[in-house]
Amino acid sequence: MQGIFQQYDTGPFFDEMFGSDGQVRPHYVQLLQKFEELDSGEFDRKRVLAEKSYLNQGITFTVYSGDEGTERIMPFDLIPRIIPGDEWACIERGLTQRLLALNLFLRDIYHEQKILTDGIIPAELIRSARHFRPELVGVDIPHDIYIHICGTDLIRGADGRYLVLEDNGRCPSGVSYLLENRQAMKRVFPQLFNRYAVRPVGRYPQELLASLRHVAPHGNPDPTVVVLSPGIYNSAYFEHSFLARAMGIEIVVGHDLVIENSRVFMKTTKGLKKVDVIYRRIDDDFLDPKVFRKDSVLGVPGIVGAYRAGNVTLANALGTGVADDKAVYYYVPAMIKYYLGEEPVLPNVETYLSAVEDDRKFILAHLPELVVKAANESGGYGMMIGPHASKAEIAKFRDAINADPRGYIAQPVVQLSRSPCFVDGRVEGRHIDLRPYILSGEKTTIIPGGLTRVAMRKGSLVVNSSQGGGSKDTWVLDEREGAC
Amino acid sequence: MLSRVADACFWLSRYMERAEANARILDVNIQLLLDFEDQGEGTVQQHWLPILATLEDQERFNEIHEGISGDAVMAFVTFEKKNPHSILSSVTFARENARMVREQISSEMWEQLNRLYLHLNSSAARSAFIDSPIDFYRSLVDSLHSFQGITDATMTHGEGWQFLQVGKFLERADSTSRVLDIKYHILLPFGEQVGGNVDITQWMAVLRSCSAMEAFLKISRGQVTSWGVAEFLILHDSFPRSLRFCVDSLDLALHQISGCGRAHFSNEAERLCGMLRSNLDYTNIETVFSTGLHQFLDQTQLRLIEICDALVKTYCRWLDEE
Repeated sequence: MQGIFQQYDTGPFFDEMFGSDGQVRPHYVQLLQKFEELDSGEFDRKRVLAEKSYLNQGITFTVYSGDEGTERIMPFDLIPRIIPGDEWACIERGLTQRLLALNLFLRDIYHEQKILTDGIIPAELIRSARHFRPELVGVDIPHDIYIHICGTDLIRGADGRYLVLEDNGRCPSGVSYLLENRQAMKRVFPQLFNRYAVRPVGRYPQELLASLRHVAPHGNPDPTVVVLSPGIYNSAYFEHSFLARAMGIEIVVGHDLVIENSRVFMKTTKGLKKVDVIYRRIDDDFLDPKVFRKDSVLGVPGIVGAYRAGNVTLANALGTGVADDKAVYYYVPAMIKYYLGEEPVLPNVETYLSAVEDDRKFILAHLPELVVKAANESGGYGMMIGPHASKAEIAKFRDAINADPRGYIAQPVVQLSRSPCFVDGRVEGRHIDLRPYILSGEKTTIIPGGLTRVAMRKGSLVVNSSQGGGSKDTWVLDEREGAC
Repeated sequence: MLSRVADACFWLSRYMERAEANARILDVNIQLLLDFEDQGEGTVQQHWLPILATLEDQERFNEIHEGISGDAVMAFVTFEKKNPHSILSSVTFARENARMVREQISSEMWEQLNRLYLHLNSSAARSAFIDSPIDFYRSLVDSLHSFQGITDATMTHGEGWQFLQVGKFLERADSTSRVLDIKYHILLPFGEQVGGNVDITQWMAVLRSCSAMEAFLKISRGQVTSWGVAEFLILHDSFPRSLRFCVDSLDLALHQISGCGRAHFSNEAERLCGMLRSNLDYTNIETVFSTGLHQFLDQTQLRLIEICDALVKTYCRWLDEE
């Protein structure tokens, strides 16, 4: 290999671009040819160009040190991740199946709870889930769709098989990066798109709006849809306004809304205007100080009343957090069999649940080899990576598991696949995952690809942007789809 | 349109206009100073003090700086973060408001504003300023003009745009009245006469601060007099920075928002604005000078504040009274 790929080493990992024999995988051949023509100076100029466009557009998050906030962009890597068409068809089928099962599950536990009485999932496990909302049992919502927008994180292990790491059924973020990454790539490497038939992603906002309109209360054919944001100081505000703009709808904050007669209205220059569907980017806990956290200043007092009365649709619905619970994740394959009578297309990562006695014994005996996660946390928090943990840390988690077996799961360390990334003037392998965005509306729609997140620090397995992660453009190739 | 959005559009536009006015006043003042042979400390003070008085920032300036110098005043009005009226602060506030309404304004508007903000915060801006303040202010005004052009060319001229107009013309009317008032604060050097060389140079600076020099000369046959300049900047019906033009445009935008005919009013802001407008339509410069120019401008500024309060109450904060 030449140019910036000289001395590239795949290491003992599954590499997205090169096989274990060091040969470039067929779908990356053209890309490699093009990139070998560039020297590291040229490549760096392209990188600066891309970063500048993010900065000018204000696609930034704020890092506070002292009382001065500095705006930073999320690191963007210019080497795209490429997914062949047949591989994607398989992922798509698996994700569709999974979201269907999750929505049936949520419908069930907020109504008859058959899956509990049939003994598939222990009732106690649901009752003790932090994000389960017993007060919402019996509330009907349009078309029984609970998770309208799902971000399901996929990883690839050493054999390259795709595995589901977790589901995000509350307020998954990051889709704006996906869309902007594509724009940036087109700007910086327009010629590459002539060599590849890359499936476009730009329709996402329209698909999202269609999904939101589909679930309007009382079948209203022309609903008023808004995005509810915590405001400009929220780290995802760029995304909220980006999506509102791309859908051509209003972005509102809590104090723009008022409740009258169990209906939601926004304050406009011409008086009050009724709101039908709210794409809310505020967690349940902060949504209604009358029902959930009393100290929330972001929310709208009384909105849950309007929701229960069926006069407003919230997307995602209230109470979906229970499906994100890592202990519930353990049961998703069982759910798929129970509700759909199918085998899961996409397997979970091998998981042990400390609430199950045999599993717990195994976990406690193998702590230094396992990744332990708190069931109710997300974003890379409340986690211990056994092989990297100190004795004290391991002891702390052992006590925690014994004290609260319900609260933890454990998984073997999965060495996430790596993708070549441009770092400090040369190309090196970095671990990545994939977050596809699945929309549930009249039909299930998945934006081709998803957000590929990159653990930019050498050797790191943590891809979360809150912990120094970056991202890269993800291409799904438009080719004849093989059997899945 | 959401009340909060209307409010943000209004302020976004006001802050941009304020940044432009400040840049222009500073540009003209530097040039004015260069016209004088005597660059002694007294002269320098005499030149920069009125700027602070005009912007009503003198107290805050004294908290930060010990003595008055051109550099200190320029830094204070341009880059000082502690000065909420500085150019940097104005652009920062404009951007905050633009962020709130990003989905309402066009991407092109946002990017122009954001680029300007990033530039003002960069070291490149500081060195450009040190190299040539005049060029720095010119290019700043250019960027701000681009923003106006981009706004008119890329945004739907609907309610949001009308609120931008309201903010722009309210601020511009205010700033024209302040620039005219500079003359009130500048003392003529000892031995200089009204209508003399220095006096005329100062009136010309007032014109240039409003980009009005060329327009004025076309109708004045080369005669620059205090009455002529004041008449032009207060009462001209089609120069885009005259008080009358600004108030008329403000009145038009207010009526476009409410949909009410221009001969009537449907809220307090329209009533107050209509009164000011007819006042400017039917007064003449003799009346203004017999009231006293400074008093007239002062009253006008107060009336603009009343209009601002009334419109905010009508459109933006109407539910907050409960």
